[in-house]
Amino acid sequence: MIKTKFNYDYYLRKNTLPHIWCPGCGDGIILKALLRAIHKCGYSKDEVVITSGIGCASRLPGYVDFNTIHTTHGRALTFAIGMKMYKPKLKVITISGDGDALAIGGNHFIHAARRNIDITLIVFNNYTYGMTGGQYSPTQPLDSFATTTPFGSIEPPFDVCNLAQAAGATWVGRSTSYHAVQLEKFIVDALNHTGFSVLDVITNCHISYGRRNKMKSPVDMIKYQKEKAVPARSAENMSPEELIGRFKTGVLFEAKDKPEFCGEYHKKLELLKTK
Amino acid sequence: MKQVLEGSMAIADGVRMAEPHVISAYPITPQTHIVEHLSQMVADGDLKAEFIMVESEHSAASVVLGASACGVRTYTATAAQGLLYMEEVIYNIAGMRLPVVMTLANRAVSAPINIWNDMQDAMAIRDTGAIMLVAENNQEAYDMHIQAFKIAENRDVMLPVIVNVDGFVLTHTFEVVETIDSIDKVREYLPPINMEYKLDVENPYSFGTLGEPSVYMESRYNMYNAMKYSSKTIIDAAKDFKNMFGRFYGGLTDTYKMDDAQTVIVAMGSVLGTIKDVVDELRDSGKKIGVLKIRSFRPFPEEEIVNALKNAKNVIVIEKAICPGKGGILSVEIRDSLFKHKINTVNVNGYTIGLGGRDITPKNIKDLVERAEKEENVDGEFIGLSQQYL
Repeated sequence: MIKTKFNYDYYLRKNTLPHIWCPGCGDGIILKALLRAIHKCGYSKDEVVITSGIGCASRLPGYVDFNTIHTTHGRALTFAIGMKMYKPKLKVITISGDGDALAIGGNHFIHAARRNIDITLIVFNNYTYGMTGGQYSPTQPLDSFATTTPFGSIEPPFDVCNLAQAAGATWVGRSTSYHAVQLEKFIVDALNHTGFSVLDVITNCHISYGRRNKMKSPVDMIKYQKEKAVPARSAENMSPEELIGRFKTGVLFEAKDKPEFCGEYHKKLELLKTK
Repeated sequence: MKQVLEGSMAIADGVRMAEPHVISAYPITPQTHIVEHLSQMVADGDLKAEFIMVESEHSAASVVLGASACGVRTYTATAAQGLLYMEEVIYNIAGMRLPVVMTLANRAVSAPINIWNDMQDAMAIRDTGAIMLVAENNQEAYDMHIQAFKIAENRDVMLPVIVNVDGFVLTHTFEVVETIDSIDKVREYLPPINMEYKLDVENPYSFGTLGEPSVYMESRYNMYNAMKYSSKTIIDAAKDFKNMFGRFYGGLTDTYKMDDAQTVIVAMGSVLGTIKDVVDELRDSGKKIGVLKIRSFRPFPEEEIVNALKNAKNVIVIEKAICPGKGGILSVEIRDSLFKHKINTVNVNGYTIGLGGRDITPKNIKDLVERAEKEENVDGEFIGLSQQYL
């Protein structure tokens, strides 16, 4: 437990900066919220492990001064599971984009949730493959445009939170890069939760997504986040029609009594030893 | 028609002329532009194909495998990590003898992550049973893709063809490319696909079923033989292309200023451009030097290589790949070819250069020419290392 005055520089690897994110990208806001949240939780740098796959968001571990690993596309959670299983005391955080977590890595996403392993997954959800120039992703809204859906997408997107909850995650929340204060609070909540926690963060890629969808500036996209976000409680009083094109924010699901995978695994080991 | 085209666009346009029925891919730098262009062509109605977007390279390769098994023409493209993720499926495509054509935008492999050009990705799949061709420039890349379908779909071959193009150096570079105006001429060169074995409810077959010890080896032997035979098909495809469209880059190999050459530089891909410039300069100053270009890495053109190199004194193999634990890859295969033909008068030196997108300059090549005459049996030595990072 550390109690020092918060300072971004303390947590950043300044020799790896400047970062590669485009000016106006929301990923930096999430990075800063993550650092504030980690500080608030009081973890020492050595206790924290951050894993990532491939994509813009996945560059984050290179910039932060924890134990970090930048792995192969879609597999960030599997590396995280290996680490968590070996050293359950570590605070393991996985950073993944929507393509990384839900397309190529979708299989690992549902199985990590099913096991309810104590890892926090933060999905940087910008509806697109920003790094490769804006191909359609599994969270891209219906009828919106990408380089590979020039006439609009006909595929219904995943709702990251519904998917996580249905698959067995025990803490599920959503925020945006506009709601920076709320975002920090949710990351703290997710980190303090024991079990698989998934935080879906709607972030902006005005370069690869916005430009093709009438939101070419970061401001347009931040406005989108502000206007389309509906606090979960307000959503309860809204009709399904009113919710079209909008997304719920808040802590959307929490279950505290579900068995956590590492705990269950070690219980089983102990049981076998006594037999 | 002559046009200034980005390499990716030239490749996409070459693929369009071949009229594939199914295209599937997953984004990865530096390949992405190729399938973006194709996606646009399909959306605009310029190419009547199914363009299937998927959630990973493994799925992209699987989609084209499935489609190809149904007897239609298929295409995919990838690079580096994406290729490694496809590898399992490529073995299956080759084993099922399906004529899938794919572009490999050659790129370094992780870790550390690096998106720039070298040929380590290609070398990792050299034993899958896929034919591997290498283009030197965007014009050859355009033409080679059309040839690739003809080679793959030959009834005596029936193997996937991977067209290697250097990532960024070719894919993202604009060059003058002469495109073919008449689709009818391409159709004449490349007749509609007509597979003997395909998934067909009227005449059912099963692909990839259990090959027990009693049959597995024969199945691999047949594939091995088809690959051997494909040498002829590749040469024929290049010659037919020349007759119809006028352009020719050699069959399995090509030679440049090789008459009386005592020193020969061997290489694959875009680096040949730099090498040829250096050779022009050295020839002007009276040096007897030439170039052997490898167009087909699989099948490996053993005879052509031996014939080209047997009278040389020094051979310099320039490679953008390395086999840790051994050394060069192309250089080892060249030495083996000469050894088999009992030629022991040629000094073969292999150098590793340009990994992860590091520039290969004319000076690098000149230095190697000078060194090669003083050295013997260099086996993949790294060129241009920076001492501070060692």
